Amino acid sequence: MAEFVDYILNLDDSWFSYLVGALVAAVLILHVVAVGALLFIWMERKISGRIQDRLGPTRVGGKFGWLQTLADGIKLIAKEDLTPDLADKFLFKIAPYVGLAASYAAFIALPFADGVVGQHVNTAVFFVLAVLGLEVFSVILAGYASGSKWSLFGAMREAAQVVSYEVPLGMCVVVPVLICGTMNLTTIANMQAGYFTNWLVFNDPFTFLTAIIYFTCATAGVNRAPFDLAEAESELVAGFHTEYSGLRWSLFFMAEYSSMFVVSALASILFFGGPHGPIPIADILSFLSIDQLGNPDVQAFDETAGGFFSSVNLQVIIARLLGVGNLLFKGIIGVTVMMWIRWTFPRLRIDQVMTMCLKYCVPLAAVGFLGATAWQALDLPTANSLLGSPRYHHHELWTHGLEHQQGSENASSEASDDETPHAEDKTVKADEVFANTVPVSVVKGGER
Amino acid sequence: MDLIAVAWPYWHQFFFIIFAAAAIGFGFGVLLSKNVVRMAFYLVLSLGSTAGLFFLAGAEFVGAMQLMIYVGGTLVLLIFGVMLTAQKDFINMDTHTQDWILATIVGGSLLMILLFGAFGAEDWNTPQNLEDAQIQATKEATPIGLALTGIRVDSLGDSKDAVEEGKSGYLMPFIIVSIHLLVVLIGAAYMARTKKLSHATDDKSSRAKLMLFKMEQEPERLEEETYVVTHRGKSALNPLEQSDENE
Repeated sequence: MAEFVDYILNLDDSWFSYLVGALVAAVLILHVVAVGALLFIWMERKISGRIQDRLGPTRVGGKFGWLQTLADGIKLIAKEDLTPDLADKFLFKIAPYVGLAASYAAFIALPFADGVVGQHVNTAVFFVLAVLGLEVFSVILAGYASGSKWSLFGAMREAAQVVSYEVPLGMCVVVPVLICGTMNLTTIANMQAGYFTNWLVFNDPFTFLTAIIYFTCATAGVNRAPFDLAEAESELVAGFHTEYSGLRWSLFFMAEYSSMFVVSALASILFFGGPHGPIPIADILSFLSIDQLGNPDVQAFDETAGGFFSSVNLQVIIARLLGVGNLLFKGIIGVTVMMWIRWTFPRLRIDQVMTMCLKYCVPLAAVGFLGATAWQALDLPTANSLLGSPRYHHHELWTHGLEHQQGSENASSEASDDETPHAEDKTVKADEVFANTVPVSVVKGGER
Repeated sequence: MDLIAVAWPYWHQFFFIIFAAAAIGFGFGVLLSKNVVRMAFYLVLSLGSTAGLFFLAGAEFVGAMQLMIYVGGTLVLLIFGVMLTAQKDFINMDTHTQDWILATIVGGSLLMILLFGAFGAEDWNTPQNLEDAQIQATKEATPIGLALTGIRVDSLGDSKDAVEEGKSGYLMPFIIVSIHLLVVLIGAAYMARTKKLSHATDDKSSRAKLMLFKMEQEPERLEEETYVVTHRGKSALNPLEQSDENE
């Protein structure tokens, strides 16, 4: 986007174009967060109603009560913004914003499709997990600053729960990273292109297990039922947000729903093909490929000159729009499953939550991790290779790349002694090697 | 548009100043605040701004690491510790004059050393040409990861002897560090467990022990208690008797 503004206004890498680009991305992401919360809260009401044999909201906004959340929002704005006497006023007021900022920042590195991403981050998986981990701060601060025992107990439970569930969550996330050989979410998603058999969840039985455990731990990580002890109504009134009212209270919920969407979208990228649908419609539509900028390789995503406008091509645009649609759809399905779980399972006790994490999730995640590693190391067949369609096999890819690089490395190290150009040469060569090895591995995958 | 572009030619500079100011400002916040929890909060913001500086420098992995380890992990533990231990006397820290003097001496000398180190190294001097300051956005963390598993991409041309001696990769130090951490973890778990065993016992057995103890110590009182219970049971069965007693 920044490059696009540079190009339009004829600037040279100015801060202004970067700011405009960043603002456009930020506003788009803000819409995902806000409209997402609007939709999800309505869905929560509707789904809970149907599960409990009720109708849910029916009147506001004509049919299905689809404007119910907006009416709720107006009601919340009109409410008084209370601060308890015993509260630490500054921290009490700032805590909801910390949580919302954390779950909002996770969207920055989340690719909605190939190239449709706020900021291209090479270690996006790690970034998203690190930023989502910050959300617990808002809960701790809110619990402490409220000056109420219910809030403090809720915050303590939440902190203990989130910190312990980050262990199996991290172990599950490592599995796709290991299979794909990269932490780049765009690359991980692109490696699952093609038919749905190529999704990592169908790679081998262990990745299937890992996907299920990831989703369980993610549900616990975003503090949803049956793991929502921090706001257990029956014992803690409302947990960490007992003392909040009005708009500040609703900010907590916005953060909760947007982080639910983030972990669901992350699950879909890591295990369920991300922006790629079950059938590669964009590939089938390849006859539409009208190349306007003289770019023959329509599928390739240019990382350096990335952005939506780097290659204007009808097939690319269709592929990206479909990708965004797919990812949003998968994310919403994930959120729906979380709601379904919430309204059908009873809440766990705190010791049961810890038992679930330490006795079941961690060992199962370890088994999944070791099994998936062994599956890769022993080169056992994947679902896709059994069906006979080609697959990018990245274990081979990395080793091939290194072998090729070894030859070219000697030449470049002799050529220049300076630090920076040396590094640049290397990245260029690595990319070349990467590109060269792909056909080799595809042929190998086809033979199997 | 050109005017703005001349004033701040590179966006790196603009955001660098914002993040650096935030890091320093919240650092002062840690110093000047008297409430322990607020200090921790300012420390979170200061470390977060430092992570922002890392992201700006294109070191995404280090930046995410900063967020994960310092901001996420350590500070949650810090806040835990502070919130569980800080009572009325300790929640507000009043610093005396002598504390300020001592802190200024120690901190000032450390700052001097760091400043000399930072400006003394020739490679670290400010770039003469501003184009050098532009950062390559596409550097990957993969070489670091590979080096930790024993393959150093930058020294693949080493002779075979050096590779066999294990000089080319960081696998050995990585394994040593991880085993050391494992030992620390097991040690911590062991110490926590032994402490717990001496205090807590199984619920049922402790109740049984308590009963035995009571029976040994005060048999009469125990009988009294059982009598009371049975008596009440009887009275509940027979309401007429109860009313008689009351009269």
